[in-house]
Amino acid sequence: MAIPETLKKKAEEILFRYPEDRRRSGLIPLLFEVQRELGWITPEAEAWVVETLGVTDVNVREVITFYSMMRAEPSGKYLIQFCQNISCCLTGGEEIQKHVEHKLGIHPGETTKDGMFTLKCVECLGGCSWGPMMLINEDQYFQLTIEKLDKIINGLKAGEPVPADNPTPLLGNVAGEKA
Amino acid sequence: MASNGNLLISRNFAVDNMASIDVALKHGAYDQLKRAVKMKPEEVTELVKASGLRGHGGAGFSAGTKWGFIPKDKFPRYVTVNGDESEPGTCKDRLILERDPHLLIEGALICAYAVQAERVYIYIRGEYFYPTKVTAEAVKQAYAKGFAGKNILNSGWSCSVHMHNGAGAYICGEETGLIESMEGKKGWPRLKPPFYPAAIGLYGAPTIVNNVETLAFVPRVMEIGPEKFAGLGTPKNGGTALYSLSGHVNKPGVYELPMGTPLMDLINKFGGGIRNGHKLKAVIPGGSSSHILTAEECENLPLDFESVAARGSMLGSAAVMVIDDTVSIPKLMHWMVRFYAHESCGQCTPCREGCDWLLRLSKKFIDGTARKRDIDDMWELADNIDGKTICALGAAVAWPTKSYLVKFRHEFEAVCRN
Repeated sequence: MAIPETLKKKAEEILFRYPEDRRRSGLIPLLFEVQRELGWITPEAEAWVVETLGVTDVNVREVITFYSMMRAEPSGKYLIQFCQNISCCLTGGEEIQKHVEHKLGIHPGETTKDGMFTLKCVECLGGCSWGPMMLINEDQYFQLTIEKLDKIINGLKAGEPVPADNPTPLLGNVAGEKA
Repeated sequence: MASNGNLLISRNFAVDNMASIDVALKHGAYDQLKRAVKMKPEEVTELVKASGLRGHGGAGFSAGTKWGFIPKDKFPRYVTVNGDESEPGTCKDRLILERDPHLLIEGALICAYAVQAERVYIYIRGEYFYPTKVTAEAVKQAYAKGFAGKNILNSGWSCSVHMHNGAGAYICGEETGLIESMEGKKGWPRLKPPFYPAAIGLYGAPTIVNNVETLAFVPRVMEIGPEKFAGLGTPKNGGTALYSLSGHVNKPGVYELPMGTPLMDLINKFGGGIRNGHKLKAVIPGGSSSHILTAEECENLPLDFESVAARGSMLGSAAVMVIDDTVSIPKLMHWMVRFYAHESCGQCTPCREGCDWLLRLSKKFIDGTARKRDIDDMWELADNIDGKTICALGAAVAWPTKSYLVKFRHEFEAVCRN
């Protein structure tokens, strides 16, 4: 598969950010764009990144295997990243996680047979005051309940997505209410 | 919604479209940068030093002092904004990035001017897609208005501002791990001392790494003046802080309150008390790396760096996780340890192997297969990690582990088979 022109243009934009002799700094952002564009980091794309940045194969490999968001294999159309850290667990995250597994008929790390959903349990997503939270692709969803989760999944299945919680709702005195 | 005068850095969070530069300018954005570039760089550093502003990323180091560590005559210099926000419980930088990114950009530029840096990198964790999108757009707008780029505000000083994302690694919140990651490598922290990033940082050049919240405070410090800012907190802790309140309270959220606000006020007065009529059992006061506090230890505790340290824990990133009496501490231990086992970067053996063993042992207490000697084994494992690693992640798992075992030993014993 040829590397799309859009990706080549993205590479130029990324490399502009760093001093000319520091092209390796573009590695993580470029791999990120690769998987955004292609869904995962294909072997061809990996070779292209090596060539574009003038780094070695192992430089790229070690980054792909180190960072948890790097995907060296395809995932479903919707990648669900479900937070399993303390604040989300304290607010009922485990129960909702079991519900997602049951609803989709998959365990964490698996993809539904129709290729629609991949479920991944991840560590803290920084939505602690709004727990439980999850990401679906690049969208954030907070204050999950079984009902809310059903609506979100059903919406994606029906092609009528529920709006994500972008931006994060304001909770606490930063919402502007006088204390 | 209008801005709220009671608050300092969060006062414009509820303003519609605050991330748009036209709206931000109406609320005084970049006014302090205009003032700063007319001052001598070292005067700016002195001003920040005098304010008592401390790092809000976890270590609580004086911001102005850090800026003062930049060696003379060594160029180029960089400023790196630490927006990795991944200490469990911490969720306040996300609001700055989403709701008032110009405040952060302005603060980062004032810092860059103070240390005469030529580039600012805003490093945001990869999972923060939406916060990144908003901040990246704000950076573009700042360029268009001449606040970033060449000859900023006709000062003769030029500085570019760039975005950079992480890709899922807690360790990259550690400042040298962050720098390695920015250089396109695994986020393996560097050995320090002797060299801190201010002397040898990004690409070997002097680099200031400051947390998002810390830098967002800088324009406000300049606006109200260092004396007034210092006066808001306690003697060694200037200003206010964004407290991330989560867990079993009626009103979780982010609260901007003076440094030194009593913990029980945060929980009861602001957080609406423990939910569903339950009783307070414990609090994790400064992110999951901090020692747990029992309900009794939470009484009369001002939330500032020294007071929390004096009670045997740490304020860290001011992420307060509230735990009620329905929670089993062995289970909490498992959730906590699972995080560090996943996030240990693998560089130092005690942490890499120790975290994995802690996870296996912690699971036994949930499965009902634990024996009493497992309690002591866990303590010993934690003790063998503590202080024996390159970065603070070792202590970050060892400290809470030991504190859960010591303070709630009876709960671990209660689920043992013998």
